[in-house]
Amino acid sequence: MNEKNVYLDYAATTPVDPRVLEVMLPYFSDRFGNPSSVHRFGQQAEAALEEARELVARGLNCLPREVIFTSCGSESDNLALRGAAFAARRERNADHILISPVEHHAVSRTAQQLARLHGFEVEYLPVDEFGQTRPEDVEARIRSTTAVVSVMYANNEIGTINPIAEIGSICRARGIPFHTDAVQAAAYLPVDVQSLHVDLLALGGHKFYAPKGVGALYIRQGTPILPMLTGGSQEFGLRSGTHNIPYIVGFAQAFHLAQVERQQRTEHVKPLRDAMIGRVLEETPEARLTGSRDQRLPNHASFVFHGVDGNALLAMLDAAGFACSSGSACKTGDPEPSEVLTALGLPREWALGSLRVTLGNRTTAEEVEAFLQTLPTLVQRARQLSM
Amino acid sequence: MHNSTVSNVHASSQSGKSRTRVAVAMSGGVDSSVAAALLIQQGYDVIGMMLRLWSETGRQEENRCCTPDSMAQARRVAGKLGIPFYVIDAQDAFYRSVVHAFMNGYRQGVTPNPCLVCNRRIRWTFLLNHALALGAEKMATGHYARLICDEHGVYRLYRARDTAKDQSYVLHVLNQDQLAHALFPLGEYTKQEVRQLAASLGLSVAERPDSQDLCFLGGDDYRNFLIRNAPDIAAPGPIQTRAGEVIGEHRGLAFYTIGQRKGLGLIAPRPYYVLSKDLQRNVLIVGGSDELGQRELTATDANWITGEPPAAPFRAQIKIRYKSQLEWGWVTPLPEASFHIRFDNLLRDITAGQAAVIYQNDLCLGGGIIQP
Repeated sequence: MNEKNVYLDYAATTPVDPRVLEVMLPYFSDRFGNPSSVHRFGQQAEAALEEARELVARGLNCLPREVIFTSCGSESDNLALRGAAFAARRERNADHILISPVEHHAVSRTAQQLARLHGFEVEYLPVDEFGQTRPEDVEARIRSTTAVVSVMYANNEIGTINPIAEIGSICRARGIPFHTDAVQAAAYLPVDVQSLHVDLLALGGHKFYAPKGVGALYIRQGTPILPMLTGGSQEFGLRSGTHNIPYIVGFAQAFHLAQVERQQRTEHVKPLRDAMIGRVLEETPEARLTGSRDQRLPNHASFVFHGVDGNALLAMLDAAGFACSSGSACKTGDPEPSEVLTALGLPREWALGSLRVTLGNRTTAEEVEAFLQTLPTLVQRARQLSM
Repeated sequence: MHNSTVSNVHASSQSGKSRTRVAVAMSGGVDSSVAAALLIQQGYDVIGMMLRLWSETGRQEENRCCTPDSMAQARRVAGKLGIPFYVIDAQDAFYRSVVHAFMNGYRQGVTPNPCLVCNRRIRWTFLLNHALALGAEKMATGHYARLICDEHGVYRLYRARDTAKDQSYVLHVLNQDQLAHALFPLGEYTKQEVRQLAASLGLSVAERPDSQDLCFLGGDDYRNFLIRNAPDIAAPGPIQTRAGEVIGEHRGLAFYTIGQRKGLGLIAPRPYYVLSKDLQRNVLIVGGSDELGQRELTATDANWITGEPPAAPFRAQIKIRYKSQLEWGWVTPLPEASFHIRFDNLLRDITAGQAAVIYQNDLCLGGGIIQP
């Protein structure tokens, strides 16, 4: 990899912030204790753990004991869905799961497995052409036997933001647990769980400059939930397993920085992103923006190009020094259009030519300019290959 | 060079200024991995590529060329060599050209060689175009063959130094434009040397056994594939002697090859061999071993490597199958990209649909498809 390579895939993952790495380092070899231990080594680790929990709770505007640390965003989604579904079935015989059709696989495939193996019924909410869920559709479909509702905060592929607070209010009024996957949103959007009216909210650290391998789940006090990982009863008995202290400390620091620097980070990426969307649509024939134009993550641009093999385009972009992503995130060359783009009603010959460009703290105007200079030629070239 | 390590490879790859970019078609196997490593040593800017080829639904795990496992192998090798690696989807193009030609060949009563179609249309057209789109000027494969540009700027294809591994047979379909973009880094090495190179480079690549199986059959018998995918081909009919005596029933002409003895299902006092197929009447013609064999063939779809058909009949050695011996004969060029061969010896296994590839010593002149 040479230094000229431009990283434009911050929605896939982000580099660890040096300030985050710095606070993590002491917890590998010096303060290595197990927080479950009685002795002072353990106490030191436990202090770090609870300090981290406190910091995360502050960002979420919740109680520390409502924060559960996990290994990743997917685990958080799994615990939310499985835990809430099984608890709802046990407590009130509820077996209906209501989700949006453009959820991350961590939610959709979990719901599908709950249906296939455990007899739950999964119902999909309709979405508009931007992938947005309307609160009135939740209102119309929620039942007294709904075990859990799950609608993602912001979509990873198309960047569209959902009206979580309104949906949350509807669920709250009906007393049905509401989960939101905020893994992609948390890097830029406020995650105040009080104003969002959510019962469950999933976070993944590596989307906001924490390392891979650590996440968190907000669980509103009183939400019925069963643990999916049993053992030593760590994390209030909801997530057993020895605490990964350095990663939890890093997660908390990164999450904290995302809160205090939100405005500054948004102001850095949004003008670059806006210019990118404008120019790509102007300068590339047969290009469309996917997702909402205004209700979208400020660092996120996503397109489809007619008659283009998205994977071939990604390879060409990478060979030219630009690291981007497509909707299907497929490395095996099997060009099935993404479920998300299909749910938007895009025809196959558009949906196969998807491109996601996501910016971050290190993105510069020069990088964006270089990308914009290159893209139209490569789209044309990819189009010729597909003919 | 034989004692190089991967870290040396990295060091040499960083030298050189504006380096020529070469795409290597990687399979995850030892040959293409070593080909990539050699090109890095030679100072090229190397990128790895792999094609996702067509498989029957549900049988993707068995495709010889692009299983998830071979993809993972190729990715691992590329990572170790420090080169980028891309998988390009060719499923539609492969199905339309190679699989169609395969099934239609059997419909027309011949034994097609889909690897030739794949090399011409998929590997050296589709993949080459993608490689050029990635900024490559050349494309390399792990084929054992040699390519030399002569003093007139004409590319000439030669058999590999390791004649036992020589693969010029499947490359005879390439034209000058394709060859101008081709590199065959293994042509001067023996398989044994390539294995040693792999070991010294730290490329521990699992070796699959050599096989002539077609990638999309995934180890299955081609007859089962045809029954599943082209059931119209399985039309039973009579087995007859040359004299017209009906002595049995066949299951469909596609299921038999010329020279075949086993599996005819005949109860007879002497062994019968498949002599020919009468497609019009759907009759399989059999006879004794003394009736087997031909001395002549006509081939069409000829490709002459230089682009120019030879002017007059000439002596040459010919391969009538990928793994067959070289046989002496007279080659007579004919109009419309065809030629005729008269062999010195009687040959038992001249098979319509396979290629007759023409050599003078190690030089491959070209070839064509044997006609019924």
